[in-house]
Amino acid sequence: MYNLIGAGLIAIGAGIGLGQIGGKAMEAIARQPEAAGKIQTAMIIIAALLEGFAFAALLLGK
Amino acid sequence: MDQLINDFSLGLFIWQLVIFIGLIFLMAKYAWKPILNSLDSREQGIADALAAAENAKQEMANLEASNAAAAQEARAQRDEMLKEARQIKEKMIADAAGEAQAQADKIISQAQESIESEKKAALADIKSQVANLSVDIAEKVTRKELSEKVKQHALIEQLLAEANI
Amino acid sequence: MFRAYLKTVFVALIFIAFSQANAEEPTQDHDAHDTTVDGADYGEGDAVNTKDEVSAFIQHHLQDSHYFTLFEKAEDHFFVSLPLPVLLWDDGLQAFSASKFHHGETVAEHNGNYYKLYHGKIYKTDAAGTITYDEDHHPTQAKPFDFSITKNVVVALLVSLIMFFLFKGLAKQYKTRSIPKGIGRVLEPLVIYVRDEIAKPNVGEKKYRKFMGFLLTVFFFIWIANLLGLTPLGTNLTGNIAVTVGLALLTYLITTFSANKDYWKHIFWMPGVHWIMKIFFIPIELVGTLTKPFALLVRLYANITAGHVVLFTLLGAITVAKTDLSIGTGASIGYGVFYFVLAVFITLIELLVAFLQAYIFTLLSALFIGMAVADHDHEHEHDEEGHEIADVEDVRERFV
Repeated sequence: MYNLIGAGLIAIGAGIGLGQIGGKAMEAIARQPEAAGKIQTAMIIIAALLEGFAFAALLLGK
Repeated sequence: MDQLINDFSLGLFIWQLVIFIGLIFLMAKYAWKPILNSLDSREQGIADALAAAENAKQEMANLEASNAAAAQEARAQRDEMLKEARQIKEKMIADAAGEAQAQADKIISQAQESIESEKKAALADIKSQVANLSVDIAEKVTRKELSEKVKQHALIEQLLAEANI
Repeated sequence: MFRAYLKTVFVALIFIAFSQANAEEPTQDHDAHDTTVDGADYGEGDAVNTKDEVSAFIQHHLQDSHYFTLFEKAEDHFFVSLPLPVLLWDDGLQAFSASKFHHGETVAEHNGNYYKLYHGKIYKTDAAGTITYDEDHHPTQAKPFDFSITKNVVVALLVSLIMFFLFKGLAKQYKTRSIPKGIGRVLEPLVIYVRDEIAKPNVGEKKYRKFMGFLLTVFFFIWIANLLGLTPLGTNLTGNIAVTVGLALLTYLITTFSANKDYWKHIFWMPGVHWIMKIFFIPIELVGTLTKPFALLVRLYANITAGHVVLFTLLGAITVAKTDLSIGTGASIGYGVFYFVLAVFITLIELLVAFLQAYIFTLLSALFIGMAVADHDHEHEHDEEGHEIADVEDVRERFV
């Protein structure tokens, strides 16, 4: 039961983080479309790091 | 986490490592190396071809420029030659005219000279004739009227006036 | 011509292996052994009807197995599966075929030792196959060191074979033509992609070549394994923690052993900070070197596992809608169609995830390697920063 609550909290946190990353990246691309490739790569790296932490937390709580 | 550690199979882990490391070496030797090498050489080839095309273009432009220069030069040369020819022609005409003039002048002067000399000769002739005449006259006069002095003078005067040309 | 024969023989061999495995099943102890297949104690095969059975089935799918199973119908003792060789280290090498376990129904006897297959793990037991449990319901029986050729080992070999033949073919094509044809046309841009978008910008233009072997292999290995996991073969290689640990360990080892002086200096004596902070940073940086590959292995494992769980849950929900819910036939068909469409969508997303995870694993590996081999030229960094600031000013001026 507590596991599920923890998983929910992780999902909320990760969701907020991913939203921030994605949103800011979109803004950045809209502002400078010519830098889209670089921004995407950076976005994916940061998203992957965040995802790694989220999954690590999920597994530790499992 | 507990379950995860329980799920971890050391045997599979070792197999995975062995297979994967083997695969890396196998792929590196038989696949990645030839693939990457040929990709590199192909890209190098493309780059070379592009450079060569650029070179050729440059050369073409150079050639065109040199062609244009040559044409320009040829045209200039032609103009020069034409000009020269014209000059020569003019010079020839001028020369011919000058020579003709000179010739004419020479002929004229020769003619004048000969006229002069003829004239002189004629004059000399006349003079000698006049002298002869006058001598004749004088002879006659002297012979005929040497006694009358006044008549003599008048005669001389008259003769001289006649003889004066 | 020769290759066509080879292919036919290969397919025929596989077919014979499966059919033999299938044929031997009904003759064995059909009545001698009373199979109690219930939801919780899910062995090698059962009709999957209820919610508990679906979740047990998923659990079973995620685990490694001593069989390569294509179809099964355990209540009728019908298996289309290939028993794989079991290799145990128990007072010497013990090698026998997994068919002795009869899908976990019987105790295998080999060289006077008795082994029991329980939840995919092999325990040493007595002739009756009794297993005692501790209070956490974990078996207390001794587990001999199991290095069998399990399903995942077979899949890893299969992926290796696929990769080797695909890229050997591509490499061979370059000998006769400069632009490949057929499948090579698909593979070549991927190789170029890994080289130009992953290796070169992250490892560095000068040093990337040394690591291309690892990066390309890891990329295609993960990608093909992920894709195989989406086929009806029902494999789950990259969703196995031992496999991802193996992959991440290699990244860690390569990073550590190719690291230059600057990398270690930044770990043990961070330049540009106070000496108290330097001491403070040492454990943080040391833990950091471990968390990086840890995040790598956990990400791959969790992503693929999550994908498989979601897909199987949706597919299981179809049978649950039919058998477990007290609703009419029409409604259950509606549920089935709904879940099926959803499962198709998830499969499409999983196709993307299969590529994305391979990409991210390779990208982050390249990034870590790049960090380890980078020349920290501080003068240059400052220059670059100065340049960037100027750029920003330019842009601002333009806007104002």
